[in-house]
Amino acid sequence: MQFYGTELSSRLMLGTAQYDSPAILADAVKAAQAGVVTVSLRREAAGAQAGQAFWSLIQSLNVPILPNTAGCHGVREAVTTAQMARDVFGTDWIKLEVIGQGDLLQPDVFGLVEATRILTEDGFKVFPYTTEDLVVAERLLRAGAEVLMPWGAPIGSGRGLNNLFGLRALRSHFPDIPMVVDAGIGKPSHATAAFELGYDAVLINTAVAKAGNSAQMATAFRLACEAGLAGFAADPMEERDMAVPSTPTLGLARSLGGEML
Amino acid sequence: MQITVNDELHEVHARTLGAVLDELGYGKARVATALNGFFIPATQRSAQTVEEGAVLEILAPMQGG
Repeated sequence: MQFYGTELSSRLMLGTAQYDSPAILADAVKAAQAGVVTVSLRREAAGAQAGQAFWSLIQSLNVPILPNTAGCHGVREAVTTAQMARDVFGTDWIKLEVIGQGDLLQPDVFGLVEATRILTEDGFKVFPYTTEDLVVAERLLRAGAEVLMPWGAPIGSGRGLNNLFGLRALRSHFPDIPMVVDAGIGKPSHATAAFELGYDAVLINTAVAKAGNSAQMATAFRLACEAGLAGFAADPMEERDMAVPSTPTLGLARSLGGEML
Repeated sequence: MQITVNDELHEVHARTLGAVLDELGYGKARVATALNGFFIPATQRSAQTVEEGAVLEILAPMQGG
């Protein structure tokens, strides 16, 4: 699976925020064997070293980076932030967030489409953080996106895949578009479920950062992603509404008193 | 002259963005800049003039999800 022509070493994308220390972050990235790490930009006073230290840490991890526009609420703000991110991080990949609703951090899909168009025309490779809405997805693709990142659930909620029907429909409608379930994944089983729906990757942050043992949880997510990916590739059986005996009934000892149902 | 840097007022003497960054102590720090709401690439900072009352954003790499 390629994302804008780049083959990733892993389908697990990992966010870098909210870890208790840089060392815990580094251990988590290594345990996850993450294919991508996401990064951001924030204000920093002159002489403060946090940003530079973080940059050194990220470089030492030797994992492709995906800058984001987290916290942006408008098209112009998101576009300018993306341009600044490209200047600092040296990549034209951008995880585009245009937030339209504060309580659920729900994407402003109208602004998202517009910002995707502007950034694509400016040479960016846009990873839009969107909902599972089919019409929005179509507009994003028309605006130039070649990857979609539908949410599983609101950012940081850990609720898993809120709308299985919608995510399944989105996957089915655009079978050839690389898709990443981003946001809301709280447990490894949620990641497995995303792959079982046919999604190509997941992006996880809070579930690993806020686990009691981040490195252990990162390992669990790595294994969960591998399981989901392998399970999907193995072509799972279809669900049935009624039971079907797995043990053959032919040759049952009918004289032992059991009743035929 | 007085300019606003990340929402704080600063008195600076420099007249170009590159020189302002040096004067403020950013030196060779890996930062991105926007002047009066417009992105200014690192390659253009030395030629970009800064006027009295300018609003400057200076952003650094940070953790993100």
